[in-house]
Amino acid sequence: MSSPRGGDKEGGRDGERQIHVLAVDDSSVDRAVIAKLLRSSKYRVTAVDSAKKALELLGTEPNVNMIITDYSMPEMTGYELLKRVKESPTLREIPVVIMSSENDPDKINRCLEEGAEDFLLKPVRPSDVSRLCGRMRS
Amino acid sequence: MESSSLQRQLANLKKSLFDQGNLDEQFYQLEELQDDASPNFVEEVVTLFFRDSSRLVANIEQAIEKCPRDYGSLDALVHQLKDSASSIGAAKMMKDCTVFREYCEKRNSEGCLRSFQKVKKEHSTLRLKLENYFQLLRQVGPAEKATRSGK
Repeated sequence: MSSPRGGDKEGGRDGERQIHVLAVDDSSVDRAVIAKLLRSSKYRVTAVDSAKKALELLGTEPNVNMIITDYSMPEMTGYELLKRVKESPTLREIPVVIMSSENDPDKINRCLEEGAEDFLLKPVRPSDVSRLCGRMRS
Repeated sequence: MESSSLQRQLANLKKSLFDQGNLDEQFYQLEELQDDASPNFVEEVVTLFFRDSSRLVANIEQAIEKCPRDYGSLDALVHQLKDSASSIGAAKMMKDCTVFREYCEKRNSEGCLRSFQKVKKEHSTLRLKLENYFQLLRQVGPAEKATRSGK
Protein backbone atom coordinates (compact mmCIF):
# COMPACT_ATOMS: atom_id res chain seq x y z
CA MET A 1 0.00 0.00 0.00
CA SER A 2 2.61 2.58 -1.03
CA SER A 3 1.91 5.98 -2.48
CA PRO A 4 3.79 7.47 -5.43
CA ARG A 5 5.54 10.77 -4.82
CA GLY A 6 3.05 13.58 -5.32
CA GLY A 7 3.56 16.97 -6.90
CA ASP A 8 1.94 19.29 -4.35
CA LYS A 9 3.83 21.55 -1.99
CA GLU A 10 1.52 21.57 1.06
CA GLY A 11 1.79 19.89 4.43
CA GLY A 12 4.24 17.04 4.31
CA ARG A 13 6.67 18.31 1.75
CA ASP A 14 10.23 19.25 2.61
CA GLY A 15 11.44 21.36 -0.27
CA GLU A 16 11.14 19.08 -3.28
CA ARG A 17 11.29 15.86 -1.24
CA GLN A 18 8.00 14.52 0.11
CA ILE A 19 8.12 13.33 3.70
CA HIS A 20 7.99 9.55 3.81
CA VAL A 21 6.28 7.73 6.67
CA LEU A 22 6.49 3.99 7.19
CA ALA A 23 3.31 2.66 8.83
CA VAL A 24 3.42 -0.76 10.45
CA ASP A 25 0.26 -2.58 11.59
CA ASP A 26 -0.89 -6.18 11.28
CA SER A 27 -4.55 -5.07 11.12
CA SER A 28 -5.63 -4.30 7.55
CA VAL A 29 -8.33 -1.97 8.89
CA ASP A 30 -5.92 0.04 11.01
CA ARG A 31 -3.36 0.09 8.21
CA ALA A 32 -5.94 1.57 5.83
CA VAL A 33 -6.99 4.19 8.35
CA ILE A 34 -3.51 5.31 9.42
CA ALA A 35 -2.32 5.40 5.80
CA LYS A 36 -5.29 7.56 4.83
CA LEU A 37 -4.76 9.87 7.79
CA LEU A 38 -1.12 10.35 6.82
CA ARG A 39 -1.83 10.78 3.12
CA SER A 40 -4.46 13.40 3.98
CA SER A 41 -1.59 15.35 5.52
CA LYS A 42 0.24 14.96 2.19
CA TYR A 43 2.84 12.51 3.43
CA ARG A 44 4.10 9.74 1.22
CA VAL A 45 3.16 6.50 3.00
CA THR A 46 4.40 2.95 2.80
CA ALA A 47 2.27 0.59 4.88
CA VAL A 48 3.42 -2.91 5.84
CA ASP A 49 1.80 -5.60 7.95
CA SER A 50 4.73 -6.69 10.10
CA ALA A 51 7.83 -5.45 11.88
CA LYS A 52 9.89 -7.93 9.87
CA LYS A 53 8.73 -6.34 6.59
CA ALA A 54 9.39 -2.91 8.07
CA LEU A 55 13.02 -3.84 8.81
CA GLU A 56 13.42 -5.32 5.33
CA LEU A 57 12.18 -2.11 3.78
CA LEU A 58 14.38 0.03 6.01
CA GLY A 59 17.35 -2.01 4.85
CA THR A 60 16.70 -1.10 1.22
CA GLU A 61 15.16 2.35 1.57
CA PRO A 62 16.68 4.39 4.38
CA ASN A 63 14.90 7.60 3.32
CA VAL A 64 12.13 7.23 5.86
CA ASN A 65 11.33 10.33 7.89
CA MET A 66 9.20 8.61 10.53
CA ILE A 67 8.04 5.14 11.53
CA ILE A 68 4.59 4.77 13.06
CA THR A 69 3.93 1.29 14.38
CA ASP A 70 1.31 -0.66 16.26
CA TYR A 71 2.53 -2.05 19.57
CA SER A 72 0.80 -5.43 19.56
CA MET A 73 1.79 -7.48 16.56
CA PRO A 74 2.53 -11.19 16.27
CA GLU A 75 6.14 -12.42 15.94
CA MET A 76 7.77 -9.03 16.52
CA THR A 77 6.01 -6.32 18.50
CA GLY A 78 6.20 -2.60 17.83
CA TYR A 79 8.32 -2.30 20.97
CA GLU A 80 10.82 -4.81 19.61
CA LEU A 81 10.87 -2.95 16.31
CA LEU A 82 11.54 0.29 18.21
CA LYS A 83 14.50 -1.33 19.98
CA ARG A 84 15.94 -2.68 16.74
CA VAL A 85 15.69 0.75 15.10
CA LYS A 86 17.29 2.53 18.05
CA GLU A 87 20.11 -0.02 18.20
CA SER A 88 20.95 0.51 14.53
CA PRO A 89 23.59 3.16 13.67
CA THR A 90 21.89 3.82 10.33
CA LEU A 91 18.32 3.88 11.58
CA ARG A 92 18.49 5.27 15.11
CA GLU A 93 17.79 8.88 14.02
CA ILE A 94 14.40 7.94 12.57
CA PRO A 95 11.65 8.97 15.00
CA VAL A 96 9.41 6.05 15.98
CA VAL A 97 5.83 6.55 17.12
CA ILE A 98 3.98 3.72 18.84
CA MET A 99 0.20 3.16 18.54
CA SER A 100 -1.85 1.04 20.89
CA SER A 101 -5.47 0.53 21.88
CA GLU A 102 -4.41 0.03 25.50
CA ASN A 103 -3.76 2.97 27.79
CA ASP A 104 -1.15 1.14 29.83
CA PRO A 105 1.23 3.53 31.68
CA ASP A 106 3.93 0.84 32.05
CA LYS A 107 3.82 0.13 28.34
CA ILE A 108 3.90 3.82 27.47
CA ASN A 109 6.85 4.52 29.79
CA ARG A 110 8.76 1.53 28.49
CA CYS A 111 8.40 2.78 24.92
CA LEU A 112 9.34 6.35 25.76
CA GLU A 113 12.37 5.17 27.73
CA GLU A 114 13.45 3.11 24.75
CA GLY A 115 13.38 6.27 22.63
CA ALA A 116 9.90 6.40 21.14
CA GLU A 117 9.00 9.84 19.88
CA ASP A 118 5.37 9.58 20.95
CA PHE A 119 2.70 7.11 21.96
CA LEU A 120 -0.73 7.37 20.35
CA LEU A 121 -3.92 5.72 21.57
CA LYS A 122 -6.05 4.06 18.95
CA PRO A 123 -8.22 4.95 17.17
CA VAL A 124 -5.74 7.54 15.89
CA ARG A 125 -7.24 10.94 15.04
CA PRO A 126 -6.21 13.66 12.59
CA SER A 127 -5.16 15.81 15.57
CA ASP A 128 -2.70 13.06 16.58
CA VAL A 129 -1.14 13.14 13.11
CA SER A 130 -0.99 16.95 13.15
CA ARG A 131 1.08 16.96 16.29
CA LEU A 132 3.67 14.69 14.67
CA CYS A 133 4.26 17.18 11.88
CA GLY A 134 7.25 18.96 13.41
CA ARG A 135 8.96 15.76 14.57
CA MET A 136 9.73 14.09 11.29
CA ARG A 137 13.39 13.43 10.56
CA SER A 138 14.63 16.05 8.10
CA MET B 1 -39.59 12.31 -5.27
CA GLU B 2 -38.06 8.87 -5.27
CA SER B 3 -34.64 10.37 -4.63
CA SER B 4 -35.83 12.26 -1.56
CA SER B 5 -37.53 9.11 -0.28
CA LEU B 6 -34.23 7.25 -0.62
CA GLN B 7 -32.42 10.09 1.09
CA ARG B 8 -34.90 9.92 3.96
CA GLN B 9 -34.41 6.16 4.24
CA LEU B 10 -30.65 6.67 4.24
CA ALA B 11 -30.81 9.37 6.90
CA ASN B 12 -33.13 7.27 9.07
CA LEU B 13 -30.93 4.19 8.75
CA LYS B 14 -27.84 6.16 9.66
CA LYS B 15 -29.61 7.77 12.61
CA SER B 16 -30.74 4.39 13.90
CA LEU B 17 -27.19 3.01 13.68
CA PHE B 18 -26.09 5.72 16.07
CA ASP B 19 -29.21 5.91 18.24
CA GLN B 20 -29.17 2.15 18.81
CA GLY B 21 -25.49 2.23 19.69
CA ASN B 22 -24.22 0.13 16.80
CA LEU B 23 -21.86 2.95 15.74
CA ASP B 24 -20.06 5.81 17.45
CA GLU B 25 -18.13 8.97 16.61
CA GLN B 26 -15.25 7.02 15.03
CA PHE B 27 -17.49 6.26 12.03
CA TYR B 28 -17.84 10.02 11.45
CA GLN B 29 -14.04 10.29 11.62
CA LEU B 30 -13.80 7.78 8.78
CA GLU B 31 -16.33 9.78 6.76
CA GLU B 32 -14.22 12.90 7.29
CA LEU B 33 -11.28 11.12 5.68
CA GLN B 34 -13.26 10.29 2.55
CA ASP B 35 -12.41 12.61 -0.34
CA ASP B 36 -12.18 12.78 -4.13
CA ALA B 37 -9.00 10.69 -4.05
CA SER B 38 -10.78 7.97 -2.03
CA PRO B 39 -14.51 8.41 -2.73
CA ASN B 40 -15.40 4.97 -1.31
CA PHE B 41 -12.97 4.98 1.60
CA VAL B 42 -15.53 4.25 4.31
CA GLU B 43 -17.08 1.33 2.45
CA GLU B 44 -13.60 -0.05 1.68
CA VAL B 45 -12.57 0.10 5.34
CA VAL B 46 -15.85 -1.45 6.46
CA THR B 47 -15.36 -4.23 3.91
CA LEU B 48 -11.86 -4.86 5.29
CA PHE B 49 -13.33 -4.94 8.79
CA PHE B 50 -15.91 -7.60 7.96
CA ARG B 51 -13.31 -9.65 6.12
CA ASP B 52 -11.03 -9.64 9.16
CA SER B 53 -13.75 -9.88 11.77
CA SER B 54 -15.42 -12.86 10.09
CA ARG B 55 -12.10 -14.69 10.24
CA LEU B 56 -11.67 -13.70 13.89
CA VAL B 57 -15.19 -14.82 14.79
CA ALA B 58 -14.50 -18.20 13.16
CA ASN B 59 -11.21 -18.50 15.08
CA ILE B 60 -12.95 -17.56 18.32
CA GLU B 61 -15.55 -20.25 17.63
CA GLN B 62 -12.76 -22.82 17.25
CA ALA B 63 -10.99 -21.60 20.36
CA ILE B 64 -14.15 -21.68 22.44
CA GLU B 65 -14.93 -25.25 21.38
CA LYS B 66 -11.42 -26.46 22.08
CA CYS B 67 -11.04 -28.76 25.03
CA PRO B 68 -9.35 -27.86 27.29
CA ARG B 69 -10.09 -24.22 26.55
CA ASP B 70 -7.09 -21.89 26.33
CA TYR B 71 -8.47 -18.69 27.83
CA GLY B 72 -5.28 -16.79 27.06
CA SER B 73 -5.54 -17.48 23.33
CA LEU B 74 -9.26 -16.84 23.39
CA ASP B 75 -8.71 -13.49 25.07
CA ALA B 76 -6.07 -12.52 22.51
CA LEU B 77 -8.51 -13.21 19.66
CA VAL B 78 -11.31 -11.22 21.31
CA HIS B 79 -8.83 -8.40 21.90
CA GLN B 80 -8.03 -8.31 18.19
CA LEU B 81 -11.72 -8.25 17.33
CA LYS B 82 -12.35 -5.44 19.78
CA ASP B 83 -9.49 -3.39 18.36
CA SER B 84 -10.75 -3.87 14.83
CA ALA B 85 -14.28 -2.89 15.88
CA SER B 86 -12.99 0.29 17.51
CA SER B 87 -11.31 1.35 14.28
CA ILE B 88 -14.63 1.61 12.45
CA GLY B 89 -16.66 2.83 15.43
CA ALA B 90 -18.54 -0.44 15.97
CA ALA B 91 -19.44 0.62 19.50
CA LYS B 92 -21.75 -2.21 20.51
CA MET B 93 -19.30 -4.84 19.27
CA MET B 94 -16.58 -3.18 21.31
CA LYS B 95 -18.73 -3.27 24.45
CA ASP B 96 -19.67 -6.90 23.86
CA CYS B 97 -16.00 -7.77 23.36
CA THR B 98 -15.05 -5.97 26.58
CA VAL B 99 -17.55 -8.08 28.54
CA PHE B 100 -16.32 -11.20 26.75
CA ARG B 101 -12.73 -10.44 27.77
CA GLU B 102 -13.82 -9.99 31.38
CA TYR B 103 -15.27 -13.50 31.33
CA CYS B 104 -12.09 -14.82 29.70
CA GLU B 105 -10.04 -13.30 32.49
CA LYS B 106 -12.25 -14.98 35.09
CA ARG B 107 -12.19 -18.24 33.07
CA ASN B 108 -15.98 -18.20 33.26
CA SER B 109 -17.14 -20.73 30.68
CA GLU B 110 -20.85 -19.87 30.69
CA GLY B 111 -20.09 -16.18 30.57
CA CYS B 112 -17.78 -16.68 27.58
CA LEU B 113 -20.38 -18.70 25.70
CA ARG B 114 -23.11 -16.11 26.36
CA SER B 115 -20.82 -13.24 25.40
CA PHE B 116 -19.79 -14.95 22.21
CA GLN B 117 -23.41 -15.38 21.18
CA LYS B 118 -23.93 -11.65 21.71
CA VAL B 119 -20.81 -10.79 19.72
CA LYS B 120 -21.90 -13.03 16.83
CA LYS B 121 -25.39 -11.54 16.87
CA GLU B 122 -24.11 -7.95 16.81
CA HIS B 123 -21.61 -8.85 14.08
CA SER B 124 -24.44 -10.16 11.87
CA THR B 125 -26.75 -7.26 12.69
CA LEU B 126 -24.09 -4.66 11.98
CA ARG B 127 -23.07 -6.33 8.74
CA LEU B 128 -26.67 -6.36 7.51
CA LYS B 129 -27.35 -2.77 8.53
CA LEU B 130 -24.14 -1.49 6.94
CA GLU B 131 -24.74 -3.47 3.75
CA ASN B 132 -28.16 -1.81 3.52
CA TYR B 133 -26.60 1.55 4.30
CA PHE B 134 -23.99 1.37 1.55
CA GLN B 135 -26.53 0.01 -0.92
CA LEU B 136 -28.78 2.99 -0.25
CA LEU B 137 -25.80 5.31 -0.42
CA ARG B 138 -24.97 4.01 -3.89
CA GLN B 139 -28.56 4.53 -4.99
CA VAL B 140 -28.75 8.04 -3.61
CA GLY B 141 -25.47 9.06 -5.22
CA PRO B 142 -22.41 11.15 -4.41
CA ALA B 143 -24.39 14.23 -3.24
CA GLU B 144 -25.38 12.42 -0.08
CA LYS B 145 -21.97 11.05 0.84
CA ALA B 146 -20.94 14.16 2.77
CA THR B 147 -24.20 14.36 4.74
CA ARG B 148 -23.97 13.79 8.46
CA SER B 149 -27.32 13.26 10.12
CA GLY B 150 -28.41 12.07 13.49
CA LYS B 151 -25.39 13.44 15.37
